[in-house]
Amino acid sequence: MFQSIDFSLLALDAPGWGGALLQGFWRSIQLAAGGYAMGIVIGILGASAKLYGGLVMRDLAQVYTTVIRAVPELVLMLLFYYVGTDLLNRAAQSMGFAGIEVDGLAAGILVIGLVQGGYATEVIRGAIRAVPHGQIEAAQAFGMSPLKVMRRVTLPAMTPHAIPGMANLWMIATKDTALLAVIGFSELTQVTRQAASSTRAYFLFFLSAGALYLMLTLVSNVILRRYEVRARRGLIAAHQAR
Amino acid sequence: MFSKLTLAAVAALGLAGPVMAETLKVGVSAEPYPPFFTPDASGSWSGWEIDLMNEICTRIEAECVVTPIAWDGIIPALTTGKIDMIMGSMTITPARAEQIAFSDKYYAAPTGLMTQKGSDIEPTAEGVSGAFVGAQSGSIQEVYANKYYADTAGAIRIYQNLDEELQDLAAGRLDAVIGDTLAMQPFAESEAGQACCEYKGAVEPDPEVLGYGAGAGLRQEDTELLARVNKALAEIREDGTYDQITQKYFTVDIYGD
Amino acid sequence: MRNILTPMMMPHRLIMAALALAGLTAMALTMQWDWLPANLPRLWDGLLMTLAMLAGSVVVGFALALPLALFQVMGPAPLRWLSLGFCTVIRGTPLLLQLWLFYFGLGALFAQFPEIRDSWAWPYLRQAWPYGFLALTVSFAAYQGEVMRGAFTGVPHGELEAARAVGMSPWLVFRRVWFPRALHRALPTLAGEIILQLKSTPLVATITVTDLYAVITRIRQTTLLTYEPLLLLVAVYLCLSGILILALRWLENRVPTQR
Repeated sequence: MFQSIDFSLLALDAPGWGGALLQGFWRSIQLAAGGYAMGIVIGILGASAKLYGGLVMRDLAQVYTTVIRAVPELVLMLLFYYVGTDLLNRAAQSMGFAGIEVDGLAAGILVIGLVQGGYATEVIRGAIRAVPHGQIEAAQAFGMSPLKVMRRVTLPAMTPHAIPGMANLWMIATKDTALLAVIGFSELTQVTRQAASSTRAYFLFFLSAGALYLMLTLVSNVILRRYEVRARRGLIAAHQAR
Repeated sequence: MFSKLTLAAVAALGLAGPVMAETLKVGVSAEPYPPFFTPDASGSWSGWEIDLMNEICTRIEAECVVTPIAWDGIIPALTTGKIDMIMGSMTITPARAEQIAFSDKYYAAPTGLMTQKGSDIEPTAEGVSGAFVGAQSGSIQEVYANKYYADTAGAIRIYQNLDEELQDLAAGRLDAVIGDTLAMQPFAESEAGQACCEYKGAVEPDPEVLGYGAGAGLRQEDTELLARVNKALAEIREDGTYDQITQKYFTVDIYGD
Repeated sequence: MRNILTPMMMPHRLIMAALALAGLTAMALTMQWDWLPANLPRLWDGLLMTLAMLAGSVVVGFALALPLALFQVMGPAPLRWLSLGFCTVIRGTPLLLQLWLFYFGLGALFAQFPEIRDSWAWPYLRQAWPYGFLALTVSFAAYQGEVMRGAFTGVPHGELEAARAVGMSPWLVFRRVWFPRALHRALPTLAGEIILQLKSTPLVATITVTDLYAVITRIRQTTLLTYEPLLLLVAVYLCLSGILILALRWLENRVPTQR
């Protein structure tokens, strides 16, 4: 079987699929990064709602995280994909616009972001609770507004606690983009599938795509470890003292 | 204010003057379906149906963007506004026509059965008894197989695309594939296809399920667009452009009767 | 008086529950559910397939996770590197890709070597579920192997030394002290891992296994409805996750927690 592997199929220029694969890879990274960023924003909002929100906000946030964590990502993505843009379009139409153009990338980011947000809420909530309460109270005592407390004290102080969980979420985000292939997004897995079925070189293409994903994971791992060491500078002493 | 008035005037007259062309997102299935539409390594789509689409779009003066969508979600994608038109070899069936509007048909291909070489499977309910039959998710063939073969076949297995079905037929994990004859033709003629498999002929007709040829799918409220597409289609048929496009991909007439 | 007002009875929750109920009723009335009765048997079969995939891959995957973890903790260098590499590769690539590699990659092999069809294994190899089961199991083993590795290293050294000091053989130390203590440490995360595994099962639908998700997809194709079948699917997965969480919490509480 190994004699029959034709590596020229991976050539970067047109009859080869290498270039298409790399383009799909780039799109996967964009989707993952966008969805991850959106997830962090939702996570901060969700964690604030759970920790500082009123009774109703707290329960709503709880319902959101419960659903996200209990239902398969594939199903959530399908649902968000249809519901999300459907609602957006209807809202736009009722306000008199002609309907918003939701392009593929934005829709994919929306879908990944909503899923990531559920997990990010939990990670960030745990991290905020790990910040000694005295620090936040001290900031409040100085007369800082709640927003300023959040921005200048709570968020920077919780960052080192959030990093392990958030690093894990980044890994999940990169791999979750593959699920978009089932909906038909042209990201790495989808391009790989197209390349594999039109050339029938299934092993070659799936292994190549696997190598790309693995490379992304390993490189991210190294970067995130370095960042974690940096962010934990002040905490190590405290840890050892315990 | 003035520009708004002008736009309104142009729209009211229905004139397609030198105003900026509208952009239409035309959905094809993300799964390649040669020779009708297939992506090449550079990511651009080509094939019979893409050529036809370009011709229609030139005539209705719209800018068309090919938008790949998973086939089994393509109707919801249209109704929820992610795409504006489907040109993905979608067969006009009564069930689908309840959800979306169809243009006039632009080609018709019989549904047939491909099997292992030398197999004694026949395209009838008794003929497939005990066999593993593959069909594409969301296709008319899936509906047909469920209606006629569900009781006799060993199993009906549902794939996301035709290529993967044919691959599994070549691998021997399927005994038969039910599919669009024209779409199965490139495989049947390929070296791999010749080596492993053979075409067993068309299945017994049932227009209720197998429909009335392939047409462009549109939202039911877009009646004005539908009229323009139908007008363009009629012109393309009449002035010989249709045959020119077809000759590039097929040796036979695919319009049907 | 206060304890009558249980958390569920707080006024805002009652209102929210009422709103949710109203929403559900509206859904039941305005949406189209007439496809449901006729499809119940298929849905049941799909549910069983989903549960079988989950249970099978969790049990076998867990059994594979133990050697993977042990090799990494105390194995000879080649085995250590091998299992570390295995876990890294599986955890570093999408499950969907692994699934398609197993299914279609091996399929390409069968096409090249028709002899395989004469082997005793062919009746299994031509089905789809063994590939789904394999991919899910391998994935669970890799993730759980990582958890168990942490659990094994986390058992305090003093406990193992104490066991050795009273004259236990290495095997006895493993069986009576090291393994139970590690398992105990890993138990709280097990619930989460099993839920994650449940959420991975619908991927097998892409290689033609007829699980719950696949049945819902088929219903969506025949009814051409966008939302209703998907909403039912969400509801079923919510229930499954809820039941799993309760069952695992019950199991966890039954394990004595002496520290």
